[in-house]
Amino acid sequence: MDKLSNVGARLLPLALSPKQTFDTGPALSRYRAIALLPVMAALSGCNLVVLNPAGDVASQQGDLVVISTLLMLLIIVPVMALTVLFAWRYRQSNNTARYEPDWDHSTQLELVIWAAPLLIIICLGAITWVTTHKLDPFRPLDRIASDKPVAAGAKPLDVQVVALDWKWLFVYPEYGIASVNEMAAPVDRQIRFSLTASSVMNAFYVPALAGMIYTMPGMETKLHAVINEPGTYKGFSSNYSGAGFSHMRFNFLGLSNQDFDGWVSKVKSSGGSLDRNAYLALEKPSEAVPVQHFGTVDPKLFNAVVNLCVRPGTMCMSDMAAIDRAGGLNAGGKASADAILRANTLAGFPDTQPTGLCTVAEAVEAAANSGAAVQRPTVTPISASASPAGPLRLANP
Amino acid sequence: MLETLTTFLFGRLSLESFPYHEPIVVATFFAVMLGGIALVAALSYFKLWGYLWKEWFTTVDHKRIGIMYMILGLIMLLRGFADAIMMRAQQAIAFNGSEGYLNSHHFDQVFTAHGVIMIFFVAMPLVTGLMNYVVPLQIGARDVSFPFLNNFSFWMTVGGAVLIMASLFIGEFARTGWLAYPPLSGLEASPDVGVDYYIWALQVAGVGTTLSGINLICTIIKMRAPGMTMMKMPVFTWTSLCTNVLIVASFPILTAVLVLLSLDRYVGTHFFTNDMGGNPMMYVNLIWIWGHPEVYILILPCFGIFSEVTSTFTGKKLFGYTSMVYATVVITILSYLVWLHHFFTMGSGASVNSFFGITTMIISIPTGAKIFNWLFTMYRGRIRFELPMMWTIAFMLTFVIGGMTGVLLAVPPADFVLHNSLFLIAHFHNVIIGGVLFGLFAGIYYWWPKAFGFRLDPFWGKMSFWFWVIGFYFAFMPLYVLGLMGVTRRLRVFEDPSLQIWFQIAAFGAVLIALGIGSFLIQIAVSILKRKQLVDVTGDPWHGRTLEWATSSPPPDYNFAFTPVIHDNDAWWDMKKRGYVRPLEGFRPIHMPSNTGAGIILAGLSTALGFALIWHIWWLAAVSFIGLLAVAIGHTFNYNRDFHIPVDEVVRTENERTRLLSGQV
Repeated sequence: MDKLSNVGARLLPLALSPKQTFDTGPALSRYRAIALLPVMAALSGCNLVVLNPAGDVASQQGDLVVISTLLMLLIIVPVMALTVLFAWRYRQSNNTARYEPDWDHSTQLELVIWAAPLLIIICLGAITWVTTHKLDPFRPLDRIASDKPVAAGAKPLDVQVVALDWKWLFVYPEYGIASVNEMAAPVDRQIRFSLTASSVMNAFYVPALAGMIYTMPGMETKLHAVINEPGTYKGFSSNYSGAGFSHMRFNFLGLSNQDFDGWVSKVKSSGGSLDRNAYLALEKPSEAVPVQHFGTVDPKLFNAVVNLCVRPGTMCMSDMAAIDRAGGLNAGGKASADAILRANTLAGFPDTQPTGLCTVAEAVEAAANSGAAVQRPTVTPISASASPAGPLRLANP
Repeated sequence: MLETLTTFLFGRLSLESFPYHEPIVVATFFAVMLGGIALVAALSYFKLWGYLWKEWFTTVDHKRIGIMYMILGLIMLLRGFADAIMMRAQQAIAFNGSEGYLNSHHFDQVFTAHGVIMIFFVAMPLVTGLMNYVVPLQIGARDVSFPFLNNFSFWMTVGGAVLIMASLFIGEFARTGWLAYPPLSGLEASPDVGVDYYIWALQVAGVGTTLSGINLICTIIKMRAPGMTMMKMPVFTWTSLCTNVLIVASFPILTAVLVLLSLDRYVGTHFFTNDMGGNPMMYVNLIWIWGHPEVYILILPCFGIFSEVTSTFTGKKLFGYTSMVYATVVITILSYLVWLHHFFTMGSGASVNSFFGITTMIISIPTGAKIFNWLFTMYRGRIRFELPMMWTIAFMLTFVIGGMTGVLLAVPPADFVLHNSLFLIAHFHNVIIGGVLFGLFAGIYYWWPKAFGFRLDPFWGKMSFWFWVIGFYFAFMPLYVLGLMGVTRRLRVFEDPSLQIWFQIAAFGAVLIALGIGSFLIQIAVSILKRKQLVDVTGDPWHGRTLEWATSSPPPDYNFAFTPVIHDNDAWWDMKKRGYVRPLEGFRPIHMPSNTGAGIILAGLSTALGFALIWHIWWLAAVSFIGLLAVAIGHTFNYNRDFHIPVDEVVRTENERTRLLSGQV
């Protein structure tokens, strides 16, 4: 009930005046409670997390759901009422109602029935344009709550997310730690997610935190969010991904700064190291996986996952793209491509022997000899992120 | 050696492919077998095979083909609904550590099959069936432009349905969701036959759908009665025209994208793989460039049905005919500009998302105008609450809710929190059941007396109506709530026990809908038994307005002895008003197309080809493909394509109608 009055408190003033803040007095809130009574009575048993989340981004999105609905009800309610009214009044048995069998046109009415929906859509379209840009998941936040802008120089918490079959891997590059099926973040600090997947598409969704974003193999998506209230929230995959999908859940821990530091040191001290071999073992399909912590993480792992080159001997897609950008073998020849690879090898693991480049004939020969030695002879880049991170980009020769 | 031989003969098919270890499937198999044996025995006992073959299977009569489409759609509705109720049951019990009664292998097939069957093999055949039956009658034609093609199209649709039904007992169906997104549907994640069943069932049926679309466009453009200009066409014919334009423009995209997916799966290309330059998002784009127009393919003819029903049962001209037509055309065009709203959450930029969000909202303007047009058709009318009108009112009240949640989902940041959730499921069932299905029921009740010469029993019709409508609200309103609670779709088991009550309410709704379907079937049986009491000899039981009500019920093979001349868009109403007198003499022989078995044979061979490709039985694929070519070429040498109904027979048929009509007076 309290949560629902919160929803009400947030939505009504917004519907009336978008500029008004959420801070309203008790008298008004009683009025709103009465207005929303039937809805609340029906739903008092459940937690409508989408409308009443704990993160500022999800909260703005939830408000948008409510505002758009109210805007549309302006036309939906009269239509429903008129349907019932006309159906009743013009029933056959009612001889007192007028009957005009040949009346089939009215320019004024036509104007109204096209203009009324048009006006609503113009309003909604304007709201859509503004909010879609403001709440673009790729865009860094400019506030962490309705009244708190992001402090100048505040560094966001980077979290790299990999959707595996069928569990979630979270890597914290800043702390060099990783965890499986559990993620934590300090309250009121911007979180910058970089997301990808190992084999099939999933979607990363913590309803209390922010809207979902797909995680897709070979691509990297971004999400910016902030959690404002401490607590334990549900996270899961919201795009069906195969047999273990139902169990692909995790807890999202919103922690105070102190508790978050405690969590980090707990993970650090848990031992376990996530290097490429550990990742390859983890990547194998498994269901309902318990929480796992890794005290150290290979810093290049995430980029290797995005570029599909964790397995030894595979060339990274970004390298392939770099070679192609430089004109491929035709422009620079084998030597220059080899140089790119040496300078730029993303996999970049100390133990990696760059496979180097080869002609088609050599590739066929090598494939015949070893089977796995030559991967991916030509790859064009596919990346959902607009531009690859610094080391990915090839200096233009 | 033996292994090589069996692989050659049976491809991937082995004893292990038969799911004899799954009790649910085995029980279903025996039930279907018993029913099938009983049916075959009955048909043989009553010596009906020859009749069925000569009069139905090989028919080129658009009316009989329309009826066969309807039967196909209703049979597949039972299958699709069985899947639905299995899902509802699983989700209602899989709480508190219970795994429910379906494992993921089974459950994932069930929800995939439910979606595919309901869209491709229920909604599509029912819509196509009604268009096939009604459009030629409404425009005063004797048949469609290409009667043989019509028969072939129907049997190709059946072929697709046969393949999808075969997957229940031989092998398995896809476990990918109804649109089979790669990489999940790629060879690496789905190496088994499920996705291949999906591909070939849709490819075989897709040929039928595309050809039937071409056929109906030609029919509407070229075969209208004299005087029927485009702006004098009945609204149902208009919406059918737009729908078939959409079919012809969009189904080739589906065909192409499935060809690319099959190349990935069969010959190792990399269109949609993660690796080697493939791009799965290309598939997602392409399939929705087909998929979004597809939903308008389903809804537009239903809008036409509601228009016909509203003006007939209010006894009024349709309000705003011109704006109705323009609204339909605008929807047709705009339906190609909105596909990306199905994946706002895949990380397109804000401007791209806004563009597609706003185009989606714009579609609601002509749709809203249509709702208002029906509303003002009711205004100052004399509304008779027969069953078709009841379905129409239920539609108007239900569809606006679905429309509203649809526009809500078109706001990208709102979609970020609701996409793939049960809110989305509730939304599209709200428009597809509340729009398409209610429309189909309105259409079935409206045109049934035309097709069979007697009405459907109103008591069981009302039972079915109330069970369906109330059941719908019970089944899907809880899903809106669950969506707002952040519950996503396609989950097999749940952790949070507070969700269970909502799933139980939804399951109760599904039971009500089951009673609605049961009442509908009882209604048909009862009506056939009581057909003497429910008979209509006038051919115009509802005081209809359009041309199909000018002829007898059921119409003669040739539809109209004389092609009528049209002066008004409510042609029959206009004729009645001017005191039209049915001509009683001066009949001539009528030129008609001949029946042919080529359609069913070609479709049978295509189905065999599909089955062979699914199971990698290459010899069968080769044989059936060569057979296809041979029969198709052979058919072109069949010069026995048409005949004339002799004058005597026309006179006899028309005199019989005269006798019936005078007996009525």
